[in-house]
Amino acid sequence: MRRHGAVTAVDRVSCQVRRGEFFSILGPSGAGKTSVLRMLAGFEDPDEGDLLIDGQSMLGVPPNRRPVNLVFQSYALFPHLTVFENVAFGLKMRRVSAALIAEQVRQALTMVKLLGKEARMPAQLSGGEQQRVALARALVNKPAVVLLDEPLAALDQQLRQAMQVELKSIQEQAGLTCVCVTHHQEEAMMMSDRIAVMHQGRLWQVGSPREVYERPCNLFVSRFLGVSNELAGTIGPSVGEDRLFQPTQAEQHPFTVRTVSTEQAGRSATLSLRPEHIRMAQERPSTSDPLLYGRIEKVLFTGSETKYLVRVGRDRLWETRMTSNTSLSSFAAGDPVFLHWSLADARLFFE
Amino acid sequence: MPSHDLSSPPAPGQSICRSCWLAAPGLLWMGLFFLAPLALVFAISFASRGTYGGIVWEFTAANYLDLWHPLYGKILGQSLWYASLTTAICFVLGFPLAYMIARSPARWQPVLLLLVMLPFWTNFLVRTYAWMIVLRQDGLLNGLLLALGIVDAPLELLYTPTAVVIGLVYGYLPFMVLPLYVAVERLDPLLVEAAWDLYASRWAIFTRVVVPLTMPGIVGGCVLVFIPSIGSFITPDLLGGARSMMIGNLIQHEYLVVRDWPLGSAVSFVLMAIVMAAVALYYRHAARTAGPTEKR
Repeated sequence: MRRHGAVTAVDRVSCQVRRGEFFSILGPSGAGKTSVLRMLAGFEDPDEGDLLIDGQSMLGVPPNRRPVNLVFQSYALFPHLTVFENVAFGLKMRRVSAALIAEQVRQALTMVKLLGKEARMPAQLSGGEQQRVALARALVNKPAVVLLDEPLAALDQQLRQAMQVELKSIQEQAGLTCVCVTHHQEEAMMMSDRIAVMHQGRLWQVGSPREVYERPCNLFVSRFLGVSNELAGTIGPSVGEDRLFQPTQAEQHPFTVRTVSTEQAGRSATLSLRPEHIRMAQERPSTSDPLLYGRIEKVLFTGSETKYLVRVGRDRLWETRMTSNTSLSSFAAGDPVFLHWSLADARLFFE
Repeated sequence: MPSHDLSSPPAPGQSICRSCWLAAPGLLWMGLFFLAPLALVFAISFASRGTYGGIVWEFTAANYLDLWHPLYGKILGQSLWYASLTTAICFVLGFPLAYMIARSPARWQPVLLLLVMLPFWTNFLVRTYAWMIVLRQDGLLNGLLLALGIVDAPLELLYTPTAVVIGLVYGYLPFMVLPLYVAVERLDPLLVEAAWDLYASRWAIFTRVVVPLTMPGIVGGCVLVFIPSIGSFITPDLLGGARSMMIGNLIQHEYLVVRDWPLGSAVSFVLMAIVMAAVALYYRHAARTAGPTEKR
């Protein structure tokens, strides 16, 4: 636990990171992610609780004695040192012999594809190259954990995507254990083995990217990890193994939902669906799938995909997606459509 | 700057001429009241002294040759030593102070800087007299030391080299703190954290990251303390007595007591040469350390 004055920035965060794992802490700004990272690095101490690395308590151990290295969001490269000297800094501080330093720096720079730029100053490098130096400077020390603070936030979109792939492959190749803090959900999902969703100082859910995306534990996680198309309503009577769901919007008919809980009829709930699970049809489909009626309000062409904003209620717009080159995508704004989905794809959240 | 690339840059002659007119009053002032007197002093330094103290205009290098006398060498060495010691002490005292101010909450910084500069609001002479009251045999400092039982008999402080250095450090410490403050303020605190994260001890952080990156401020502060220290004359005059004479006192002595203006002028020019050499040395060092980071 960590408090900043009266504010509890990190509250009962408890989780275990496995060796060789890429673990992301994902959350909006102000969620307390950076606090967790700074505690791992040793810049701050938890007010309560403990922090173990390889079974060793890190409480009261200063940053320079911890087997972790941090890749700063702004890189924090030493501007007065060359690329080589920057990467060699940690080894030099641990009094590694010059020959070994040269060898290991060379290896690290090979890994991040910066060989031949040893003599450059940080200011002479592009943003992407600086990012690689920062990464090399951390991993050359072979730390037990590499801490990444929004590692790609300062890069532009194109470079960012290329670096996501590269960072992940470096991590796998070197067998690094990484703890990454980010507010970028796509980035976290692409790179991580497991994600911890953090909000208001607490961990809400920890799991594989697929788990947290497809089976979010609450509406916040659902909304934060992607588009969550929601509809408020009440639980009705049983229909076989399933239950009837009565949308609050009067113009929508009831439809079936699947839920494991044995909630009483009349309990209010919120239904959530991912855009890719929703199918659109101009004619009423002849399936027994749950069904909603809507009207297309906007068609957003984004390239490979076309997004549709469909009004399903007075204050509800749902987003659906379709591959752009399909012959089916002849929907236009103003068209009435039927939205349907498989029973198992909808998630139900109770307040 | 894109506008520079697109539009033709202003003709160099034109722009220089315009700024030339703007600089004219300042240049005129400097020419009349700085360069001309300096040239005069330079000329006098090659003249000789009349029997009753006037200036006899015959060219001679005797004044400069006279300065090789061991007595003058001793005063010169003493001045260099006091000024170097003052600079070193100011750095040791000033760096933590500047660091503390630069890292304190933003709204406190102006207040703290004001406190550093507060002594300047009072006349330097008056403040030096105040130090005489503090340092003399039955002064405040000895009273305190005796009362606390640290010493048994009052220390002889006033009219010693120690008093001179104390006075100089006191007088010029703000000149060290201000440029250091600016340099530390510009130092990204993340770099300190990065070094700490990379196994650097506190001392290694200081020597390998903080000092190199604040070098311009360190050089600036040292130059600003060293130059007035070596040329100072009120402080050694009032606090040092006859034993702790510095170049400034020698110049004053030659001009006003002995009335040997030519010799006094020669000493002045030697002092100027020393100061310029020191400054050149500092800046060459600064250019070497700061060079790689400046160029892009």
